[in-house]
Amino acid sequence: MDWYPLFNSLRIAAISTAAVFFLGIFSAHWIAKLPPSLKGLLDVALTLPMVLPPTVVGWLLLVLLGPRRPLGIWVQAAFGVRLVMTWWSAVFATVVVAFPLMYRTARGAFENFDRSLADAGRTLGRSNTWVFWRVQMPACRQGILAGSVLAFARALGEYGATSMLAGYTPGRTATISTTVYQLWRTNDDAGAFRWVLVNVAVSAAFLLAVNLLETQQRGGRR
Amino acid sequence: MLSVDIRKKMGSFRLEVRFEAENETLALLGASGCGKSVTLKCVAGILKPDEGKIALDGVTLYDSAAKVNLPPQRRQVGYLFQQYALFPNMTVRQNIGAAILDKKARKTETDGLLRRFQLEEAAELKPCQLSGGQQQRTALARILASRPRTILLDEPFSALDSYLKYQLELELTETLEDFPGTVLWVSHDRGEVFRNCRRVCVLDHGKSQRTLTLRELFHQPETEAAARLSGCKNYADAVPKGTAVFLPEWGMTLDCGRPVPETVRRAGIRAHHVMITAGPGPNAFPCHVARVIQDVFAAIVLLRPEGSVPGAPLLRMELDREAWSAVPDKDRIWISIQPRDILLLK
Repeated sequence: MDWYPLFNSLRIAAISTAAVFFLGIFSAHWIAKLPPSLKGLLDVALTLPMVLPPTVVGWLLLVLLGPRRPLGIWVQAAFGVRLVMTWWSAVFATVVVAFPLMYRTARGAFENFDRSLADAGRTLGRSNTWVFWRVQMPACRQGILAGSVLAFARALGEYGATSMLAGYTPGRTATISTTVYQLWRTNDDAGAFRWVLVNVAVSAAFLLAVNLLETQQRGGRR
Repeated sequence: MLSVDIRKKMGSFRLEVRFEAENETLALLGASGCGKSVTLKCVAGILKPDEGKIALDGVTLYDSAAKVNLPPQRRQVGYLFQQYALFPNMTVRQNIGAAILDKKARKTETDGLLRRFQLEEAAELKPCQLSGGQQQRTALARILASRPRTILLDEPFSALDSYLKYQLELELTETLEDFPGTVLWVSHDRGEVFRNCRRVCVLDHGKSQRTLTLRELFHQPETEAAARLSGCKNYADAVPKGTAVFLPEWGMTLDCGRPVPETVRRAGIRAHHVMITAGPGPNAFPCHVARVIQDVFAAIVLLRPEGSVPGAPLLRMELDREAWSAVPDKDRIWISIQPRDILLLK
């Protein structure tokens, strides 16, 4: 059995979770400070990918990044690479789709954060950066962790936008989800079943690890 | 020395605060929602006033005209938050150490503070594992570790039961006795202010009044807001009449034993200054007893003076329960008020 789809899926999910982790936290932190009207507008724009069908997201991304679009042409000319139909094209798709999950949970956590903790840090002479990383982030870690888990799970399972941006090339852009679809389409039920089992196993192991981590943290705090 | 003269608009609320504090404990006394916390936050640099000036020991912290607005980090203001705001993810030692920026000095200074505040055994505990007293001591140690020039106390005991409150108040006062700078003590509790401060700045609906000494607050509060905060319960409209005031609502003319300024519009009488008397005499009036409420140690008697107009407020009298039970006629009594006990208010 060729394990490339598993490797590729995990790689894409890991990279996009890392990207979404920072993007989500910083947008949540930054948007929380904006005036309410602008906040509402940006909130809708940033959450939209969560409610749009993945094919719509995929189509919009193709419009933006496609080889005959200005951005695609420029990147091709400047770096000699295409933005679509490579394994990392899928990262664009998964980042956009997983971002709202991270952003919203992080924002919820930040809104519940007790501002007086930050104010205390600042009156004690600590920089805003120190307060953010040493006080605010640890205090919000439950929400941040939940957001990262949701983002990773969503990225791992992403199919629609990924198949439009990266396509299905065995050994190059194939992920678990596109492989399952391809095997089913070509009547290879046994092959599809193997990959379904792999996917269930990976997801279950992942959730188990998260649960263990959570109980450990809760135990540590007591 | 701390001088504050600021204005800030927040929605329909207007803050207008002015006071000067020497190296003393000055109370900011006001009802809830009068802008006490906002004032402290402006001093600490957490909130920005619209205009005005704040200076501490000759250093300008904020000056709208000169466009100076130091960040909280550079103000050297120690802020004791209502719930202490200890960092929940850090131990007592780490909380205190967080306020010491000099890495080399951190260990020894933290050790010294842990010893001074009797926190050595709790050093490795997290805030949620501490008793109320340990939490307060950690917060105080943390503040002193940052070497502040002034300490701001934001209703330090608002969420505590009365016994713990008493204990913590003793500890806090002991700590503050050694502190050389200005202490601003925000409170809505006149007892707390009386026990711990010499001077009081009364805040009423966002506006500060002239800073009073304790004696002035309790004997010549000047305004009804200050009189209310000092615990006075009875108020009536007043018309100056030479050395007396006429209270039309109760149909009383009270001799004040001193010239009554023409600016006086209200009179205040403390509930325990309303005395029972045998019969007619100076400043004595017959009253009907409207209601009696038994309190823990006192009887609260609500009286309707016989000269009352319809809709006039009841006059509240407080006396020992035994004294009340010794009164023969509990339906109609004569009361008297000493001239010096009449608070003349603007």
